[in-house]
Amino acid sequence: MSNDIYISGSAAISNNIVYKNGRSLFEQKAINVSEFLITAYHHFGMNYPKFYKMDAISKLGLLAAEILLKDGFKIEHYKTEDVGIVLSNANSSLDTDLKYFETTKEMASPALFVYTLPNIVIGEISIKHKLKGENAFFVSEKFDAGFMQQYVSNLFNNNILQACICGWVEVFGEEYKTVLFLVEKMNSDNAQLFTIENINKIYEIQNG
Amino acid sequence: MDKLIADLKAQIIEQLNLQDTKPEDISDDQPLFNEGLGLDSIDALELIVLLQQHYKIKLSNAEDGPKVFKSVKTMAEYITEHQPKV
Repeated sequence: MSNDIYISGSAAISNNIVYKNGRSLFEQKAINVSEFLITAYHHFGMNYPKFYKMDAISKLGLLAAEILLKDGFKIEHYKTEDVGIVLSNANSSLDTDLKYFETTKEMASPALFVYTLPNIVIGEISIKHKLKGENAFFVSEKFDAGFMQQYVSNLFNNNILQACICGWVEVFGEEYKTVLFLVEKMNSDNAQLFTIENINKIYEIQNG
Repeated sequence: MDKLIADLKAQIIEQLNLQDTKPEDISDDQPLFNEGLGLDSIDALELIVLLQQHYKIKLSNAEDGPKVFKSVKTMAEYITEHQPKV
């Protein structure tokens, strides 16, 4: 049996543009990150009131995962525990940590406190899409395609996962970007091999 | 009491980021948790913060929570009873 693993789709959000598989789906310039994420939420017809309560990184990750999985991903092909999430960024949850710290000067916000870990975005995506597979969040200075390819491939090759959402989800102040990959053992139309070269190619294209 | 209930509905929407909810969507007796407005345990903590910030009331006994936060009306009654006199 082949050990090949495929990138069956990608979604990216940066510079106030939402991409799916390299194609721009939505753009709204001249608004801040918070306004942009809410505007995009409405544009894509999401109906998930908890979205408003989330911190920026969870909103960004959830929105990108929604775009990634809609129209194509057949979740019914998998057991929920066979679909995992592996994400990374450079600033961990620092954006929310600082906002939470501000509230402690007057009255600490419990709603912000629960987002002061970077892996909470994984939990939010897992809850929304009912995914129960292996997950991990890594912090590195830059997106490390080599590490991501090796780590996720290892999960597949050890039969821990059959599908995985992986990539980069970063927010710090008004600077943000996310590129998510849907990786599957199953080959499909327009899928590309899950190689470092292909990961980097998609990452670069979708970040301008 | 009517003014306090109206204020509370607006404050709950703002404090809990219920951006798709309008004050008129919340009835005075509607349960705030579970089958009612669907609030969760973190929202309960935010309601405690709301009482402290807006009404200077500290909920000292956690066991009172379910009774106090049953509805907007029960919150208003609790505030009326416990708000420090100026």
